[in-house]
Amino acid sequence: MKKKLISLMLAFAMALSLAACGSDSGSTSAPADSGDTADKSATDAAVFKLGGTGPLTGGAAIYGTAAKNGAQIAVDEINASDSTIKFELKYEDDTHDAEKAVNAYNALKDWGMQISLGSVTSKPCEATSAETYADRIFALTPSASSTATTEGKDNMFQMCFMDPNQGSASAQYIADKALGTKIAIIWKNDDVYSKGIHDTFVEKAAELNLAVVSDTTFADGNDTDFSVQLADAQTNGADLVFLPMYYQPASLIFAQANSMGYAPTWFGVDGMDGILTMEGFDSSLAEGVMLLTPFNADATDEKTAAFVAEYQNRFGEVPNQFAADAYDCVYAYKQALEAAGATPDMSAEELCDLMIEQFTSMTFDGLTGAGMTWDASGAVSKSPKGMVIENGGYVGLD
Amino acid sequence: MTFLNFLISGISLGSIYAIIALGYTMVYGIAKMLNFAHGDVIMVGAYICFFAISRFSLPPLVGILLAMLLCTVLGIVVERLAYKPLRSAPSLAVLITAIGVSYFLQNAALLLWSSSPKVFPNFFTVTQSPAPDGTAEQTVRTGIELFGGQLKISFVTIVTIATCIIIMLALTWFTGRTKMGKAMRACSEDKGAAQLMGINVDATISMTFAIGSGLAAIAGVLLCSAYPTLVPTTGSMPGIKAFTAAVFGGIGSIPGALLGGLLLGLIEILAKAYISTQLSDAVVFAVLIVVLLVKPAGLLGKQVREKV
Repeated sequence: MKKKLISLMLAFAMALSLAACGSDSGSTSAPADSGDTADKSATDAAVFKLGGTGPLTGGAAIYGTAAKNGAQIAVDEINASDSTIKFELKYEDDTHDAEKAVNAYNALKDWGMQISLGSVTSKPCEATSAETYADRIFALTPSASSTATTEGKDNMFQMCFMDPNQGSASAQYIADKALGTKIAIIWKNDDVYSKGIHDTFVEKAAELNLAVVSDTTFADGNDTDFSVQLADAQTNGADLVFLPMYYQPASLIFAQANSMGYAPTWFGVDGMDGILTMEGFDSSLAEGVMLLTPFNADATDEKTAAFVAEYQNRFGEVPNQFAADAYDCVYAYKQALEAAGATPDMSAEELCDLMIEQFTSMTFDGLTGAGMTWDASGAVSKSPKGMVIENGGYVGLD
Repeated sequence: MTFLNFLISGISLGSIYAIIALGYTMVYGIAKMLNFAHGDVIMVGAYICFFAISRFSLPPLVGILLAMLLCTVLGIVVERLAYKPLRSAPSLAVLITAIGVSYFLQNAALLLWSSSPKVFPNFFTVTQSPAPDGTAEQTVRTGIELFGGQLKISFVTIVTIATCIIIMLALTWFTGRTKMGKAMRACSEDKGAAQLMGINVDATISMTFAIGSGLAAIAGVLLCSAYPTLVPTTGSMPGIKAFTAAVFGGIGSIPGALLGGLLLGLIEILAKAYISTQLSDAVVFAVLIVVLLVKPAGLLGKQVREKV
C-alpha cells in the first residue's frame, strides 16, 4: 500500500517536473515574441509610456483607485482625439506602503516607463521620488502632498497643494470667512501629513489672531476613543474644530461628538474627501462639514461637468479630488510635451530635462484650478476652493 | 461632572479590552499558548455580523449568533491546521505560528472584503415612539442620560459590562464545576498526566479554542458597536491592548482579565485627559511595568514556583 502511494507520488512529481519543463521551453521562446510586439508598437503607434503607483488595495485604496480612474479618463480622451501626443497608462498597486511602492516602481521601469505620475499617497511617494530622481525620470504626482516628496529633487513636481500650504490656506480661509473664533485642533501625531498641516495651521493662526483653545492628538494605537479630545474642545468652548486627518478617524469623531451633543463647525482637509462613500456611514453626521479642496464636483463649468459625467458613467460614483488631480496631471503632461516638441522615441532622461524646463515656465488651466504655475522646487501655486457637505453631497462655498 | 464623564469613557473602553482579554486569558490559561490571532478572529466576527445585518438584513441577534457559530468553526479549523501539528514543538514556534495566522486572517479579509472601511450599525438603541399629540418627534436613543443630560452612558457600554460579567461568571463556573472544565484545568497543569488519566487532550484543547473564538465573535460585535469603523486591521490593536490587559490582571486568571481590562481603559482615558494626549500610551505601559515589577504574575495572577 505504502509503496503504491510512493510510486503514485513519484509519478505525480515527474509529471509536474515535465510540466515545468514545458513552461520553461515556453518562456525561452518568449523573447522572440516580445521582440515582435515591440517592433509593432514602435511602427503603428508611437506612445508615451506613463506610469504611476498608488494604493489600489489596502486602507487608502479609495485614493489610489480614484487617481487611476481619473488618469485613465484623461488618457482615453487624449488618445481618441486628433492630438499628436498619445499615452499608454499603467498603474501598479503599492497598498500605501513605501517598500511595495519601490517594487511597483521597478516593475514600471521594466515596462519602459518614460514619464511618471509618482505615487498617489505621501509616504510611498517619498520613496519612489528618490528613485525617479536617481533614474532621471520626470515625475508629477497628483496627490502626494508632503514636503519631503519634492524636497531636493529637481524633477519631482506636485499637482496638489503641499501640506504646509494646506494648513496655512485653511487658517487663512477660516479667518477670511470668520467661520470661528475659538478653534480646536485634533490631529494624528504619528502621521507626517497630519503633523505638517497642523504645524503650519497653528503658525498661521497665531499670525491671524485666531485663538487655538484646544490642541489634542491621537496615534495609531488609540484612534478609536475620542471622548477626551472632544471633551477638551467642548469645555474650552471651541466653536470650530479643525481636523487635519483622513476620513476614517474623522467618521468616528463625528459619531462620538454627535452622541455627546457637541456640534461645532467642522473643518477638514483633502483627506476628508471620501467620507461620504464609506459603506454604512450615516451622512447626516457629516452634515455641514467644511473642507478645503481644489476640486468641486458641483462646479458648473463645461470641463468639470463633462469630467464628472464621464466618471459617473464609467465608475458609478462622483469623482473626488484625487481623480481630478490625476486627470489634470495627464493634461499638464500633454501640454508640456506638445510645447517641448517631444517625441515618444526620446529617452526618459531627455524627456526629464525637457519637462523640468516646461513645468517651471508654463501656465496650466485644469479642473483643479486656473492659471497654475510651478516653481523650481516642484510646488504648485493655485487657489483652493471651500466646500461644505450638504444633504449628503459636496456643495461649493464660494 | 467632567471627571465622571471621563470615568464612564474609561469604563466603556476598558470593558471592551476586558471582553477581548477574557478570550486571551482563557486560551493561555489552558493551552498555555499566546493566541495572537485572537484579535483577528474578533475582526472576522465583526465582519460576519456586519454582513448578516446590513447585506442580508437579518435581525441583530441572528447576526451575533451566526458570527459566534462561524468564528467557533474558524477557531477549531485554525487550531487543527496551524497549532495541532505543533503540539510538541517549543512554545516559540507556536507563538510565531500564531503571528502568522494573524497576518493570514488580516490579508484574507483584505482580499475578501476589501480595505474600504465599513461603518458598523449600532443596534443597541431604543426607539421612542412619537408623542400622540405631536409634541415630540420619534427619537432614537443610544444611551441613558443622568443629571439632566450632563452624564451619558451608552447602552453599548452597559451591555458590554453586563456581558463581561456574565462571561466571567460562566467561565469560572465552567472551568470549576463541569467535567470538561475540570479536564481543561488538568490539561493546563500537566498534559502528560492528564492523558494518562484518560483525558482526551487534543479534544480538550480544541474545545478551548472553540470557546475562545466564540467569545471573540461577541467581543468583535461589541467592539464595533462602540467604535463603529470596520477594516481588516480593526482587531489587531485592540487585541494587543487586551493582551496587555490580560498580563496586567494576571494572565490565566479569569477575574484578572476583567480587572486588567477595566483598569487599562481607565488609565488610558485619564492619562489622556489629565496628563497628555500624546503620552497616554506611554503612561499606560509605564504603569504596566511598575505593576509587573511589584507583582510579576500580574494583579490577580498566581505565583507558580518552578520545581527543580
